[in-house]
Amino acid sequence: MALFDLRLQEVHNKLNNKELSVTELVDASYARIKETEPAIKAFLTLNEDNARTEAHALDKRLGDGGEHGLLFGLPAGIKDNIVTEGLLTTCASQFLSNYNPIYSATSARKLKEADAVTIGKLNMDEFAMGGSNENSSFYPTRNPWNTEYVPGGSSGGSAASVAAGQVYFSLGSDTGGSIRQPAAYCGIVGLKPTYGLVSRFGLVAFASSLDQIGPLTKNVEDAAYVLQAIAGYDASDSTSANVEIPDYTAALTGDVKGLRIGVPKEYLGAGIDPRVKEAVMNALKVYESLGATWEEVSLPHTDYAIATYYLLASSEASSNLARFDGVRYGVRADNPDNLIDLYRKSRSQGFGPEVKRRIMLGTYALSSGYYDAYYLKAQKVRTLIKQDFDNVFNQYDLIIGPTAPTPAFRIGEQIGDPLTMYLNDICTIPVSLAGVPAISVPCGTADGLPIGLQIIGKAFDESTVLRAAHAFEAHTDHHKLRPQL
Amino acid sequence: MSITLKDVEHVANLARLELTDAEKAQFTDQLNAILKYAEKLNELDTENVEPTSHVLPITNVMRDDVRKESLPIEKVLLNAPDEEDGQIKVPAVLE
Repeated sequence: MALFDLRLQEVHNKLNNKELSVTELVDASYARIKETEPAIKAFLTLNEDNARTEAHALDKRLGDGGEHGLLFGLPAGIKDNIVTEGLLTTCASQFLSNYNPIYSATSARKLKEADAVTIGKLNMDEFAMGGSNENSSFYPTRNPWNTEYVPGGSSGGSAASVAAGQVYFSLGSDTGGSIRQPAAYCGIVGLKPTYGLVSRFGLVAFASSLDQIGPLTKNVEDAAYVLQAIAGYDASDSTSANVEIPDYTAALTGDVKGLRIGVPKEYLGAGIDPRVKEAVMNALKVYESLGATWEEVSLPHTDYAIATYYLLASSEASSNLARFDGVRYGVRADNPDNLIDLYRKSRSQGFGPEVKRRIMLGTYALSSGYYDAYYLKAQKVRTLIKQDFDNVFNQYDLIIGPTAPTPAFRIGEQIGDPLTMYLNDICTIPVSLAGVPAISVPCGTADGLPIGLQIIGKAFDESTVLRAAHAFEAHTDHHKLRPQL
Repeated sequence: MSITLKDVEHVANLARLELTDAEKAQFTDQLNAILKYAEKLNELDTENVEPTSHVLPITNVMRDDVRKESLPIEKVLLNAPDEEDGQIKVPAVLE
């Protein structure tokens, strides 16, 4: 999809010079979807009629010399746990298979205000629980680089659709790695902003203290533009951070001279594929050549992060998903004996196995007699994990390591073993627990499958993260590789 | 600590889930495996560590008590599985 390989500024130049119209961009998006979707299955719902109407309106405004939003005319995909007024939002769950939102998430509204065109809603692991998209209760999305492999998850549809050139960019959500890991597996850029930077209003809650919305794009500059459009304080989200939003693209200077990088030994130890380690070491050489310095550091509580995360995230999920009771929305079970039976039957029929498993785990961890041993203990260990990051960031500007310990795995390979599946998140989960920003950028391939480099920054220092990612991209060609579809 | 089938049934009741016998057996095994893994947290002394519930230093976000427009009733009922006279209908709560 050559059109979607153009940089945002190039697309906008062509639009301004009348060499291209928004309608042509949207047509190209749907044509590519038609061509590749049978193999990829990234979408759950298409917004074709509305998108074409919007494209016409934007073209008219272009002709009239009206104002242009930051993302003017760009075809966008939105993960299906971000509510969109009048456009089905299912969270890839049978429970919400008929859910037609009566309002839009702040992030979706901001995309529209920036004049992006919503192409459709993207597949995911049910309620964002999973790392492979195999937990979608409709169908699994496939990795565009090799359709026998998973695209990662939970934002698997968001990553695969960008990698396959179906949309120009997408939004995903990240609770323990759900933007970064699929971006790594699909060879694209994925940014998880600092917790609180992007409003969670209208993001169907999984684990409220961890969830964060962010962009998936083909290059770092586009990620900076999309972040610019969606970041900012929102009174509708009580955990929204009231901070000054800098000009993110202005940070892309290409200059990383003097940057101090910490490389956690725990992220390159046992369990890390040697090919992943080699790609990361090669990336560090690029930074050295650009005048940055790196040293090995330690995040000593890394080994405790997965247990901490699964207790906390599942506990929060068991509470958040209590709202799905079949009363006000969603699919209600037929012929319940009474009200309690209605809750029970609707939930049991509507939720898939991974969602039930996490509700069970979380309910147990919060239940009388076990709260202190599991939930409170995990909250305390979270403090220790956060302190690991604080300590390193006292001396270093960035932390760099792999995004995931291996490239993508085969569909079906890990589905029977939840614990092994959870271990894929070893490099992303600690970052989520600490609440700091991180980006995944392509840094190599192994057997034709992409590898992601994770660049982690201080809270609200997306500018340095983006600057470092952009400089790496400018001196390498990994991000230019495309899957053959 | 290990989870028994009875624990799974108790937790399923708390979570308002109705599990098949096969699901109960599977969850008993899988939750035991996950909780056994989670026991590694006990290696750490957290006696004097404060819990983190949230990474941001935000507490009690207040707004002015200003009256705002409610959602129109047709919109609220748009996704309701059953309704009557502008209200969401459920089975009898009291028998």
